[in-house]
Amino acid sequence: MSKVRWRNRRAGEERRRRRRAGGKMAAGFKTVEPLEYYRRFLKENCRPDGRELGEFRTTTVNIGSISTADGSALVKLGNTTVICGVKAEFAAPPTDAPDKGYVVPNVDLPPLCSSRFRSGPPGEEAQVASQFIADVIENSQIIQKEDLCISPGKLAWVLYCDLICLDYDGNILDACTFALLAALKNVQLPEVTINGETALAEVNLKKKSYLNIRTHPVATSFAVFDDTLLIVDPTGEEEHLATGTLTIVMDEEGKLCCLHKPGGSGLTGAKLQDCMSRAVTRHKEVKKLMDEVIKSIKPK
Amino acid sequence: MEEERHTEAKIGAETGRGSSPRGPGCSLRHFACEQNLLSRPDGSASFLQGDTSVLAGVYGPAEVKVSKEIFNKATLEVILRPKIGLPGVAEKNRERLIRNTCEAVVLGTLHPRTSITVVLQVVSDAGSGAQLLACCLNAACMALVDAGVPMRALFCGVTCALDSDGTLVLDPTSKREKEARAVLTFALDNVERKLLMSSTKGLFSDAELQQCLAAAQAASQHVFRFYRESLQRRYSKS
Repeated sequence: MSKVRWRNRRAGEERRRRRRAGGKMAAGFKTVEPLEYYRRFLKENCRPDGRELGEFRTTTVNIGSISTADGSALVKLGNTTVICGVKAEFAAPPTDAPDKGYVVPNVDLPPLCSSRFRSGPPGEEAQVASQFIADVIENSQIIQKEDLCISPGKLAWVLYCDLICLDYDGNILDACTFALLAALKNVQLPEVTINGETALAEVNLKKKSYLNIRTHPVATSFAVFDDTLLIVDPTGEEEHLATGTLTIVMDEEGKLCCLHKPGGSGLTGAKLQDCMSRAVTRHKEVKKLMDEVIKSIKPK
Repeated sequence: MEEERHTEAKIGAETGRGSSPRGPGCSLRHFACEQNLLSRPDGSASFLQGDTSVLAGVYGPAEVKVSKEIFNKATLEVILRPKIGLPGVAEKNRERLIRNTCEAVVLGTLHPRTSITVVLQVVSDAGSGAQLLACCLNAACMALVDAGVPMRALFCGVTCALDSDGTLVLDPTSKREKEARAVLTFALDNVERKLLMSSTKGLFSDAELQQCLAAAQAASQHVFRFYRESLQRRYSKS
């Protein structure tokens, strides 16, 4: 292990030991004055779970776990767990774009993941997340919709991407974006030929090919505290106490697909610059992780 | 009984360049604002920007349902009705953006356990999404001022579009917006011109973002000056 990483690990352990020593009194203080409790940690430039202000939680990804789906991925960002399943079906292409297919994302936040969600029609948070993922797909051009066309004007693929949150502990947008990217990389579409005589589609399940993923958008979320401090990868509690949030989606060339700041405290241009640089490093980390996982999968 | 105050502002330099009617980066289209035009809401305003027009009404601070009540501050609610059809996911998204922007500036702690509702109705809409969001933000701000809701700053919405060759156009027409490579909408406050809200569409680089932000901050000066003038005109005679 490198020296720097060893030192950071020790520092993290120290902080965790100090926190556990506080024990019962700290738990009482946390319930009564959550914001003050949190500020004490921020003053020491760390957070209750021992992370630094710019540190992400441990990210794990599992690709291809759902055998009935055409592509799937499970992403865990600390406790936040999101699973994405992609199913491909046939559809007639839209009349105003006869050479394009469809990519339809849907984010579901079921009552399983957190007590604040009830069963029934999607609440505001789920709708906003679905819209966010749809925007990311549209803006980043992750898949060229022309690749999904089988026969112009007659037949095209439609990819239904269902993202389900299994455990909600903050930073849902980052987890969803990562899960979507990993699942799309895992999707294998069978070869389809149109029979000239019967004009029916013939699917050859033995010959499958991967999708052509053109860019790799990676999301980095920040929470703003007391109008000044920016912390990366907020947990559920931190999101609740924050005065604002910011999500940056960046691709590998450093181009931004989305700068999502839904209100909250103001930010200056300089602070935005810092966030950009953090987003660039995060992109490298995520890309490396995903490449490792893809390489380790045995071909079907 | 307050009289209606109708104020208009024509701000922009007509530079007579070939294709576009305005010079780069310095001008916004014609905008107008009318306050206190509805009798029922506590505050109302109509904001017209280019060919987009939004009517806003504010009710509050008023009674709040026990399920929605927050013990130490006011509950802010935003309802956005499109010109035609039923509100969908896009409207929900815009409502959330406007609500979060208003929550950042409204001093909710002065009115705990109450509700402040902002209702926005799109009156005319040239088919532009980003321009509509900016117009809604301006109308909401003017309506909140008219209602007398305490705020720590005023805010305004500015849209800018980036062409495929990198030219920056502020307050784009809907045709220009459709052809642009990227469209960015910002909400800025008037105290320190900080970025309150941002909603973007399309691909752009970091340098372009800073450029757009700087241009938007310069343009917001015009909008805030217009707010000040229209309010001065309104309160000077009565």
